[in-house]
Amino acid sequence: MNWVINNLGLIWSLTLDHVALAVPPIILGFIISIPIGWVANRFHASRGVLLTISGLLYTVPSLPLFIALPAILGTGILDPINVVVGLTIYAVALMVRSVADALAAVDAGVRQAATAMGYSAWQRFWRVEFPLAGPVLLAGLRVVSVSTVSLVSIGSVIGVSSLGYLFLNGLQRNIIEEVASGIVATLLIAVVFDLLLVLAGRVLLPWAKADPTAKRAWRKTVETAIAGASAGGSVVDDPAVSDPSMAGR
Amino acid sequence: MIEFRTVTKKFPDGTVAVDELSLVLPARQTTVLVGSSGSGKTTILRMINRMVEKTSGDIEIDGEDIHALNPVKLRRSIGYVMQNSGLLPHRKVIDNVTTVPVLNGVKKAEAREAALTLLDTVGLDRSLAERYPSQLSGGQQQRVGVARGLAADPNILLMDEPFGAVDPIVRSELQQELIRIQRDLGKTIVFVTHDIDEAFLLGDQVVLLEKGGRIAQQGTPAEILSKPASDFVATFIGADRGRRALRVEVVNGRNVVVDEDGRPTGVLQS
Amino acid sequence: MDLFLDGFAWIFDPAHLSGPGGIWARIAEQLSYTFGAVAIAAIIAIPLGLWIGHTGRGRDIAVLCSGGLRALPSLGLLIIFALGIGIGFKAPLLTFVILAIPSLLSGAYAGVEAVDKRTVDAARAQGMTEWQVLTKVELPLGLPLLIGGIRSGVLQVVATATLAYFASGGALGVFINDGLKTRDYAELIGASIVVTVLALVLEGIFALLQRLFVPRGVTAGQVTEVRSRSVRPRAVVGSPIQEGK
Ligand SMILES: Nc1ncnc2c1ncn2[C@@H]1O[C@H](COP(=O)(O)OP(=O)(O)O)[C@@H](O)[C@H]1O
Ligand SMILES: [Mg+2]
Repeated sequence: MNWVINNLGLIWSLTLDHVALAVPPIILGFIISIPIGWVANRFHASRGVLLTISGLLYTVPSLPLFIALPAILGTGILDPINVVVGLTIYAVALMVRSVADALAAVDAGVRQAATAMGYSAWQRFWRVEFPLAGPVLLAGLRVVSVSTVSLVSIGSVIGVSSLGYLFLNGLQRNIIEEVASGIVATLLIAVVFDLLLVLAGRVLLPWAKADPTAKRAWRKTVETAIAGASAGGSVVDDPAVSDPSMAGR
Repeated sequence: MIEFRTVTKKFPDGTVAVDELSLVLPARQTTVLVGSSGSGKTTILRMINRMVEKTSGDIEIDGEDIHALNPVKLRRSIGYVMQNSGLLPHRKVIDNVTTVPVLNGVKKAEAREAALTLLDTVGLDRSLAERYPSQLSGGQQQRVGVARGLAADPNILLMDEPFGAVDPIVRSELQQELIRIQRDLGKTIVFVTHDIDEAFLLGDQVVLLEKGGRIAQQGTPAEILSKPASDFVATFIGADRGRRALRVEVVNGRNVVVDEDGRPTGVLQS
Repeated sequence: MDLFLDGFAWIFDPAHLSGPGGIWARIAEQLSYTFGAVAIAAIIAIPLGLWIGHTGRGRDIAVLCSGGLRALPSLGLLIIFALGIGIGFKAPLLTFVILAIPSLLSGAYAGVEAVDKRTVDAARAQGMTEWQVLTKVELPLGLPLLIGGIRSGVLQVVATATLAYFASGGALGVFINDGLKTRDYAELIGASIVVTVLALVLEGIFALLQRLFVPRGVTAGQVTEVRSRSVRPRAVVGSPIQEGK
């Protein structure tokens, strides 16, 4: 504990560095994946191709990616931009599937009703389909958030400052508390981000609390993400089990 | 013979699905349990093979308390056919039919031979044996379901709305097939449906159920039709609206059967 | 792009390929970690996952644990084990086992849970014992998802195994460490290419396996199901997700 108390300043500033590296990829990934996911969902042929590409992108290990990006972008190897770009690529790779699934899950009847009421395609997307896709999008975003926060520390291997510094420095100086504090701080950031996203969901999607699709979406997304659950299909395809425990989430 | 003695089923959430039911289902006859959705038909049926455990009371088969038996053994000795056929999607038709005999230790080749004969019995072409269930139509799947239910040559066959999900023409074919099979095999059939016409068509004995598995009336189709025991029964069988007062009209040169409201219900075969 | 050429030149330099510290030897180490860790994780997680899926018990706890484990930064975990139990292969192996568990666990229980409840009910009604229901119905039908879980675990570990050198555990990360220390960019890029290709090859193999293990009758159904195609398009064979790579 002594080490932690003596180094609160360091931990705090590294936490800020960590957050600064994690936030842009989450936001950029979300924004970029919307048009791509829309295309994936809209055109049957593009779905397989886009989802396969994003799957392969996600397969590229992060350390090699961080190392290769300077050669592609022309940035310096210590440039934090490499980490931000790399993590954005992962965020997009993850999020495209969520967006495609989320849009696919919007009830066809609702979509037709909106068209019948006279929404233009553009209006219909932003005022009907996008909000209705909200719960599944949120679930995807939560997975992206957790994953990004935990990946940031790899950047410290190539010298980009984040909580990962505590791991490497702790290893060099043989201070377990230092490493432990880095892990705990990373977990705390992940939890805070997750709570913020859930809160944002509550505010932006008040109707979703009662919606069974929304309740199921988070769990299914996590499972899809973790198990690469593919054969069984998309996030909301499973009518079997509803999950009351997720109601409050 | 299957006998229920003051059997009650209360689910953990407090729902009393079956309330003190006493009922005798005679051997080698078809007893149809009919009632609207939620009246407890499925629960009653599933207590017979202990897919649902009774809360209190006694259930006996041929005088033997089924709760003294091993549930797995009990189920292997009772055929069960359900609405969506419940076939194993990863096994071929033939392997679905032989499931229970093989579980019982019958040799595979022997079981297959018997299964092919069963396909004949339920009116399926033997060439379908090597297909997967998903490659069959709904009606064909239902026939496989019946064949599977009969495969271990059980004395008792439980059928839970087996023809509920197929179109009316196929349903009628399947009903006729069942009548024929029953004439040949003489099983003790317990048949659940919410369709009163189906009940009257198939049942030697019809048990009309109200909520909580309470018996509104029990008897042969003729007894129930001629003497409805209550307004509920009369409404359920449609007697009060004279729905059964059918007459024949000639339309386009064909004899069309129409009901009281003038709605056609069928065509007479000439 | 010259840098990539340098990288390839580094890879195909015979001096780097063979020998005890050569690329092939490091690949072997990387793969030993991968399959060793996944095998150990499988022994723990698959029976547990099948049990959770079959009984429906403990699922919420499993989801929570999986989520929690995912949030753990693998580099931190590896280093804390290295400091705790000493350097060598044990600390990385332990880290990778922990890393693989969530994928395998959820693959197993999601697979079992995804099986149509009515099919399971019918199997039980025919007189299958619980064990038979699990092994003859739930396991074969849940196999694609189970393999998806293994695939995801394998990819996660093969990527993360690069970090083993922090615990002096060898594997391909050794080259990255060398390259960083000596500012040898050809070596850095070369090693990165090798790791990436390794991950992509495993991904390809598992994508294939996953397709092969879809039970015959189920694929047959998908082909004839065209008429009743749902409005929701089916997902293509998936993009597993790794973290802390
Ligand atoms: N597993 C269960 N848990 C709680 N209630 C149940 C369960 N199964 C059935 N019920 C309730 O028991 C009643 C009778 O159900 P069921 O026997 O399925 O009726 P039916 O087959 O006639 O439609 C219904 O109210 C139903 O909601
Ligand atoms: Mg029912």
